[in-house]
Amino acid sequence: MYPNNLKYSKEHEWVDLESKKIGITHYAQESLGDVVFVELPEVGAEFEVGDSLGVVESVKAVSDVYSPVSGKVTAVNEALLDNPELINQDPYGEGWIVEMEITGGEEDLLSAEEYERLIKEE
Amino acid sequence: MKEKLIFEKSTPGRKAYSLPPIDTPEVELTTLLPEEIIRQEPAQLPELSEVDVVRHFTRLSQMNYGVDTGFYPLGSCTMKYNPKINENMSRLPGFALAHPYQPEELSQGALKLMYDLSEILSEIAGMDKFTLQPAAGAHGEFTGILIIKAYHQHRGDKKRTKVIIPDSAHGTNPATASLCGFETIEIKSNAHGLVDLEELKKLVGEDTAALMLTNPNTLGLFEKEIIAIADIVHEAGGLLYYDGANMNAIMGYARPGDMGFDVVHYNLHKTFATPHGGGGPGAGPVGVKQFLAPYLPKPVVEYDDEKQKYFFDYNRPHSIGRVKAFYGNFGVAVKAYTYILALGAAGLKEASEIAVLNANYLKTILQGKYHVPFDQVCKHEFIISPEKRVKEKGIKTLDIAKRLVDYGFHPPTVYFPLIVEEAMMIEPTETETQETLDAFAQALIDICQEALDNPEILHNAPHSTHVSRFDEATAARKPILRWKKN
Repeated sequence: MYPNNLKYSKEHEWVDLESKKIGITHYAQESLGDVVFVELPEVGAEFEVGDSLGVVESVKAVSDVYSPVSGKVTAVNEALLDNPELINQDPYGEGWIVEMEITGGEEDLLSAEEYERLIKEE
Repeated sequence: MKEKLIFEKSTPGRKAYSLPPIDTPEVELTTLLPEEIIRQEPAQLPELSEVDVVRHFTRLSQMNYGVDTGFYPLGSCTMKYNPKINENMSRLPGFALAHPYQPEELSQGALKLMYDLSEILSEIAGMDKFTLQPAAGAHGEFTGILIIKAYHQHRGDKKRTKVIIPDSAHGTNPATASLCGFETIEIKSNAHGLVDLEELKKLVGEDTAALMLTNPNTLGLFEKEIIAIADIVHEAGGLLYYDGANMNAIMGYARPGDMGFDVVHYNLHKTFATPHGGGGPGAGPVGVKQFLAPYLPKPVVEYDDEKQKYFFDYNRPHSIGRVKAFYGNFGVAVKAYTYILALGAAGLKEASEIAVLNANYLKTILQGKYHVPFDQVCKHEFIISPEKRVKEKGIKTLDIAKRLVDYGFHPPTVYFPLIVEEAMMIEPTETETQETLDAFAQALIDICQEALDNPEILHNAPHSTHVSRFDEATAARKPILRWKKN
């Protein structure tokens, strides 16, 4: 559910420090339910930790995707525009949201173990 | 029985009209209309007999569910019964046939009603001046925040770019702030579901334009620290906006104006018993404290003591301008005015009292069967969610809501507020009898038992409706918005 090679934010995003990809966690996609629409940022846009970098809309709610790190967007997953369900089906793979050139904020991210403890408390 | 679309019932050549023979010379269409606006192919309209059209729409109307057919505990929507006398009054010819371009001297009755309603609304909310123009609640918010923006701009204070909004707020609040050009700052609720004062102190500053707040909030909880909240925002130079959606909890007991709010809106269609849902229409009057009155939309109805007549005051140079054609949804104002006069001050107070009592009664019965995240005494509505043992059966709030339909009840608001997982938001209103409340509580308790014994029955619910559970995700991802001929 929470791969060890990823880092996590308290706002339920994951970051792959190797591939620089960012998405939302299994817990987030399950809480949201069926995702029906995704709004992506422009390539080149810059975000600080906690900025809203996109929007995920499900049958239940509309949620901001908060940037777990600071940096500049180098690629976005355009496949989500036609197939938003990829976020539900494969949140850590095909369901990635953006790829970023990371300039900071990694140090405050959680490990898989810490993140799992966090969601158990919720 | 499944009702086919009216297009699917069509038979070529069948018709529901018979026109007399033409007794004027026929004229070629192209001599009357430009070529480009003449339809090249016949419109694909359904062809049916009159009785089949009548039966089709009558059957559809019978599938509808409204507050006149059953209990409708939709949280935050105040689906109280709308007394029929309201309809009778709004249909009086002097009101119903009044024309917006009718001269003022022939509209004195309508103007007096607007003036008096504004005064009454001011008294109930503790404000000084009202506009009746906004067409509904979100439109009222838009109007109110534009007034706040105009106030800051008029003072030459251009730094105020942020509006603070709690995480439990109605979604219209941040939408309004964005639409008016502000940045939304979310303030998290504390463990008691209320605004966190320390957090608020950190968030306010010289960039704060306003705080938007509902009191009681969407958890049905009264913001006890409202005076302190108001002081913090005012000291920072910001204003307070009151989202009046939950006004039904406090009429006659507390007034937003006394709490420190500078701008409020009402939802006449909630608090004052006028129809809503399915288009209402609604009405979202906005009231302000005196120092903001110059910015109200114009015209404002005023009374000329000397001439002893009511008139539309257009001479308001600081006004934000019109926000609606003519004078708002006037018919709704007539209904709300009727309701207020019929109940009187004591009756309005009693309505709020019973609304709060009914909510607490239901909450108390359901405690132990459902998880109640905030178990202090609530106002007019409260939040429950399925207990862990139910969730472990794979049951979600949506399943419980759908199953309630089989029991003959409209489900409560679900998945809102967002800060409670699997939330169900129940607002019984004051108009329900104890028998109805008991039956509803029993249905929820029975459903809880079904969830434990036979969860499948919930997964597939509803079973008793013309259309059963539909695929909301596919409907949202690949919407089919209109009928097309194959």
